[in-house]
Amino acid sequence: MKLFSVKRVLILGVIITAVVCLLPTFTNTWPHKKINLGLDLQGGMHLVLEVQNIKAVEAELERTADELKKELRKAGITHLGITRQENNTILARLPDQDAEKAFKEIVSKDFSNISVAASSEKGDFIGFHLKLPDDETDMIMKMATEQALETIRNRIDEFGVSEPDIRIQGDKRILIQLPGINDPDRAKDLIGKTAQLTFQLVDENAGIDAALKGSVPVGSEILYENRTDPATGNTTKIPHVIKKQVLLDGSLLVDARVEFDQFQQPQVGIEFNRKGAHIFDRITGENIKKRLAIVLDNTVYSAPVIQDRIAGGKAVITGNFTMNEAKDLAIALRAGSLPAPVNIIEERTVGPTLGADSIRTGMISMLVGGVLILIFMVIYFKGAGLIANLALLINIILIGGGLAAFQATLTLPGIAGIILTIGMAVDANVLIFERIREELRWGKTPLAAVNAGFDRAALTILDANVTTLIAAIVLFQFGTGPVKGFAVTLALGIVASLFTALILSRSLFDLVLQKKTASTLSI
Amino acid sequence: MQLIKSDINIDFLGKRKIAFVFSAILIIASITGLIVNKGPNYGIDFAGGALIQVKFTQDVSTAKLRDSLSGLNFKDLSVQDFGEPQAHEFLIRTASIDTVGSGLSQSVSSAILQGTGLTPEIRRMEMVGPQVGDDLKKQALLAIFYSLLFITIYISGRFELKWILSGVTAGALMAAVYFLSVFNVSMPILITGALVVSLILFWRLRLKFAMGALIALIHDVFITVGIFCILNLDFSLPIIAALLTIIGYSLNDTIIVFDRIRENIKGETAKVAFPEIFNKSINQTLSRTILTSVTTLIVLLSLFFLGGEIIHNFAFAMIVGVLIGTYSSIFVASPIVLAVSVKGQKK
Repeated sequence: MKLFSVKRVLILGVIITAVVCLLPTFTNTWPHKKINLGLDLQGGMHLVLEVQNIKAVEAELERTADELKKELRKAGITHLGITRQENNTILARLPDQDAEKAFKEIVSKDFSNISVAASSEKGDFIGFHLKLPDDETDMIMKMATEQALETIRNRIDEFGVSEPDIRIQGDKRILIQLPGINDPDRAKDLIGKTAQLTFQLVDENAGIDAALKGSVPVGSEILYENRTDPATGNTTKIPHVIKKQVLLDGSLLVDARVEFDQFQQPQVGIEFNRKGAHIFDRITGENIKKRLAIVLDNTVYSAPVIQDRIAGGKAVITGNFTMNEAKDLAIALRAGSLPAPVNIIEERTVGPTLGADSIRTGMISMLVGGVLILIFMVIYFKGAGLIANLALLINIILIGGGLAAFQATLTLPGIAGIILTIGMAVDANVLIFERIREELRWGKTPLAAVNAGFDRAALTILDANVTTLIAAIVLFQFGTGPVKGFAVTLALGIVASLFTALILSRSLFDLVLQKKTASTLSI
Repeated sequence: MQLIKSDINIDFLGKRKIAFVFSAILIIASITGLIVNKGPNYGIDFAGGALIQVKFTQDVSTAKLRDSLSGLNFKDLSVQDFGEPQAHEFLIRTASIDTVGSGLSQSVSSAILQGTGLTPEIRRMEMVGPQVGDDLKKQALLAIFYSLLFITIYISGRFELKWILSGVTAGALMAAVYFLSVFNVSMPILITGALVVSLILFWRLRLKFAMGALIALIHDVFITVGIFCILNLDFSLPIIAALLTIIGYSLNDTIIVFDRIRENIKGETAKVAFPEIFNKSINQTLSRTILTSVTTLIVLLSLFFLGGEIIHNFAFAMIVGVLIGTYSSIFVASPIVLAVSVKGQKK
C-alpha cells in the first residue's frame, strides 16, 4: 500500500480546505470570510416590527373621501356628509335621487378604485357604502410594508450601523438586526418614529376650555404640545385645538438638517421642493396673523403666528431638542415618513459586555469539556484513544471551517452545539473500538478485527446519526436566531463526525497497522 | 482499560418490572407537576413579556430593587439574583410590554437610579409581544411534531426494512393530522393525536421496533418536561432545542441496542428464546452505551458549571435527557419490543 492513496489525498484535501476556511477568523487572511458571530455573542439588537398597514388603508380612504367632497363641490352637488366608517368603507349620504344620479356618475368616471358596496334609503337621505376592492386593499397593505422597509433601511443607513440586516417577515412584519449597536434606545426611537410631518391651522374660533369639555368643533381636533420648563425640567402637556385639514405635509420635503437658534439650541431646518415651496408661500400668504401649527406624529411642536408671507419654502421645527434628538428627527424627515405606524412586537438586545462574557464562558466550557474527553479517551482506549482524539480535533476544525465557508452564524447555543458534538462525536469511535475489541476477543487478527469492527459499526453509526440530523434539520427550519445557530453547529458536527469516524479514523488505523506488521493493537 | 467487563451478563429484562414501576413513578410525578403548575412554565419567549438583565458595580439587595421598581406598576414583576453571587447581576421580569419605543429599559434605569442611587448597566433586554409568543409556541410545537413525524417514518422504515409500510404509516399519519386540523384543534392535542395514531399503526402493522422506540421517546421527552415543571424552570426556545436534541440522542442509543438485537436474531439458530437474545444484545452494547453517556455527560457538566447563566437551563435539560435517554433505551425500549414480539410469537 502506498503512503499516498487517492483516499488519503482526499482526506487531506478536506482538512486543508477546512483550515483555510477557518484561518481568516483569527488572522484575517484569504478568503477573508470570518465566522459570523450572532447578536447574542457580539452584542446588538434584534427587532421585529409590525407595520399597522391597515392604517395605510384608512389613510387612502380618508384621501378618497376628501377628493369626493371636492369633486361634488365642484359639480355643485349637495351632500349630507361623506365619512370613513370603522369597517373601512366610505359612507356617502345624499339628499335626493338627482344627487344620487350625479354622484354615481362622478364615482364611475373619476373614482375607478372604489365601488358601491351597498346602498340604503333611510328616511331623509340615501346612503351609499363605498369600498375599496379587496385586491386594492391587499396591494395598499403590501406596499405599506415594503415602503416602511425602504424608509427604515434609509434611516438606519444614515444612522450609521455596519452590516444591518433588514427584511420583511410574513405579511406585515419587518425583522431588523443591528449588530454592535451602542445606543439601542436611540436606534429604536429613530426606527419607530412615524415622522408624519404636517402643517395645520389652529382653530382660532374654538375655546380650549370648551373643547376640553367635549365640544370640539366639527373638522377640528385636540392635539397636545409637550413643553419643558428649562428651569425645572418638568414637562407639561399643552392642548391646542387644531383644524383637521392638512395644508402641507412632509412628503414635499427635499432636505432636513440640524440648525441652531440664537441661544445655540438645536432645531431642525426643513426645506421644501418647488411645489412644496409654492404651497407654503400660498398658505402663509392667505393666513397672515393666524397661527400655523407644525405637527409631527400627532404632537404639536410649535404653533407660531404667521407674521408675513414666507417664500423660498424654508421653515424650522423647534421643540427643546437635545442634539441627538434633533439629529435623529432630521434623519427621519429626510428618509421620509413611514406609510403607517409601526409597533415593536419583539426585541432582543444584548450588550457588548454580556456578549463578550458569553464568548468567554462558552470557550472555557468547551476547552474544559474537550480536554477531559481527550484525557478520558487516552486512558480508556490507549493508542486507539489517540486516534479518536486526533479525529476529534479535526472534527472541531471541520465544524469551524464549515461555519466560515457557509457563512453560518455562531451563537451561544451554537457553541453549546459544538460542545455537545465533542461529547457525541467520540461515540462513533467508541462504537467502532468496542466492536474491534469484541472481534479481537473472538480471536481475529488486528487487521481483520479493525476491518470487521468498521464494517459492522458503520451502518449502526449512520442510523444513529441520521436521527439527530433529522432533529437538527427540523430545528433549523423552525428555529429563529440563536436556536438556528444551534441547529447549524449540531448538523455540521454530525456530518463532520461521520467523516472523521468512518473515513479518517479508519485511514489512520490502516496507516498504523500497515507500518508495523502488527500482531498487537493498542486499544 | 475497561469499566464494563466483556463477559458481563446482567439480566436487564428480568428487572423490567422494577423499571416499569420506576418509569411509572416518574411519569406520575411529571403529570402531577404539570397539573399542579397548570401546564409548563412558559418563559417570555412563549408567554410574552419583558426581561431585563442588569448589573451593578456594588452590592444591592433584590428587595431594594423591587421597591424601586414598584412605582412603575409592572404586571407580575419579579426580581431575582442572576449568575454568580458576587456578580451583582439581576434579572427583572414582567408581563408588561412596551410596543412603541424605548420606554421600558429607560424607565427601569431611571427608577433604579432614583430608588438606589446606582446606575445599572443594562446587559440584556428582551421583549416579546403576546402575538409573537403565540407564534413561537406554535412553531416550537410544530418543530417537535415534525421531528417526531420524520423520525417515526425513518425508524419504521429502517428497523423493519418495510419502507412501503412506513410509507403507509406516514400517509395515515398525515391524513390523521389533516383530519384533526380541519377541526382546528390546538397543537398539543394535534401532537397527542398523531402519536396515538402512530402507536396504533405500529401495533396493527407489528412494527415492534418502531413502537418500542417511539414509546421510549415519548417517555424521555415527557419526563424531561415534567422535571422542568416540578423544578419550576422556564421553557424557552433553547429548551425546545434541547428537547429535540434529546429526541435525537435517545433514539441514537435505542437504535444501537436495536441494531444489535436484530443482528443477533439473524445470527442465532432458532432455538434461543427472545429474552436471552435481548439480554445478550443489551449486555454487548452496554459498554458503549455507558461510555457515550459518560463522554456526553462530561461535556454537558462542563457546560452546566462553566458555560454561564444563559445556557444553564439548556445544559440542565440536556443532562436530564441524556440520563433518561440512556435508561430508557435499556429499560423501556427493549422490554416493549420484547413484549410485542412474544405476543406475536404466540399467535
